Amino acid sequence: MTTPEDSRQLQACLPGLRRYARALVGGLQADDLVQDTVERAWRKLGQWQRGGEMRPWLFSIMHNLHLDQLRRPGLALQELDDDSVLPAPERAPGQAIAIGEMDAALARLPLGQREVILLVALEQMPYEQVAATLDIPVGTVMSRLSRGRDKLRTLLDGRPAGSQGGGPPTLKVVK
Amino acid sequence: MRTQAISEAQLHALADGVLPEGQRAAVDAHLCAHPQDAARVDAWREQNRQLRALFDPVLDEAVQPHLMQAASPPAANGAWQRPAMQAAAAIVLVIAGGMGGWLLRGDGGDTGDMRAASALARSAAIAHAVYTPEVRHPVEVGVAQEAHLVQWLSKRLGSTLRPPVLSPLGYHLIGGRLLPGDGDGPVAQFMYEDGGGKRLTLYVAKERAGRQETAFRYTQEKDLGVFYWIDGQMGYALSARLPKAELGKIADAVYTQLEAHG
Repeated sequence: MTTPEDSRQLQACLPGLRRYARALVGGLQADDLVQDTVERAWRKLGQWQRGGEMRPWLFSIMHNLHLDQLRRPGLALQELDDDSVLPAPERAPGQAIAIGEMDAALARLPLGQREVILLVALEQMPYEQVAATLDIPVGTVMSRLSRGRDKLRTLLDGRPAGSQGGGPPTLKVVK
Repeated sequence: MRTQAISEAQLHALADGVLPEGQRAAVDAHLCAHPQDAARVDAWREQNRQLRALFDPVLDEAVQPHLMQAASPPAANGAWQRPAMQAAAAIVLVIAGGMGGWLLRGDGGDTGDMRAASALARSAAIAHAVYTPEVRHPVEVGVAQEAHLVQWLSKRLGSTLRPPVLSPLGYHLIGGRLLPGDGDGPVAQFMYEDGGGKRLTLYVAKERAGRQETAFRYTQEKDLGVFYWIDGQMGYALSARLPKAELGKIADAVYTQLEAHG
């Protein structure tokens, strides 16, 4: 049975879901993804354990839906070469990044890295919750965060991470 | 000298503001000794700041009515809570109550197909009562973007939809919207208007596979009449405040056009 409280919680999560979807898939598809998520959430409400937090459950539904959509035939997907680097953007140091530039950079990140970065940066989810939401180990969250953040830095700055400091990052990823 | 105890995870925790206070001094010491790691942490912090600056404004955007509605249980539609809907809500309660009684009467049969058809008519009547009184936002996508409207609703229902042309009968399409269904996915509502502002709606729902087709059925609550039928995978309900004979003529035209394309 659904309750008005379920609905209230679901509606309270809508702005966050929209923000995440907007950053994850871009403006054209974001609202469709949110709507599909909400519809699936209603159908699966029985599987949600009341008393648990609804937010990670909803983000996990959105994650799975998005993967389903990507697997659908007809969509040509091309995983970008991890070493591919965007041409350096023409932006003065300190100048704000335009949303289109950020969209383009995010789109060049592998999906797994993009998801982790956005859940941490926008939702400020604890790493353990990110792991549960995406159904991956915390160690994988941390390694995707490292690779994703360094790659995003390269994409936005147009230069390899660590180039000004000489040599690659000094720490090993601890899994 | 690198401090062995510092992990990359701690650097992320620092950038994200979740590093336990007790580890702060050791991490700071590491960063003093390793400027390239300090630069990374700064860059990550800056990324967080930029991402929030760019995407946080989405939080302040008004959530579209269809999303709010999708987030409401199908039985207790969130549209009721919107001020613009409250006048309509009173009418709807009367209709829902009346049709509920009508549903209980069973309409002479008790098969699942008939129940599905009855539920269709009831949902269509409620949607009609809610949206047709709207002055500024009767439809979500207007007829000016008809191609987009049809494409969007077709995509959402998973079937190619073709809103019938009713202009020979004096009604022109003004647009449509997506609504939550009764459990079998979303439904579409197309709205038409005549020269005098009288509105009729065509409610289109995708039915579960395997439903039998039904003949035309008719139900009426006060002055709102609904002709409804199930044809293959699709359920249709045509609602308007019109005499039965007049609405029946339009329903015939709708059925004929849908058949021609089917």
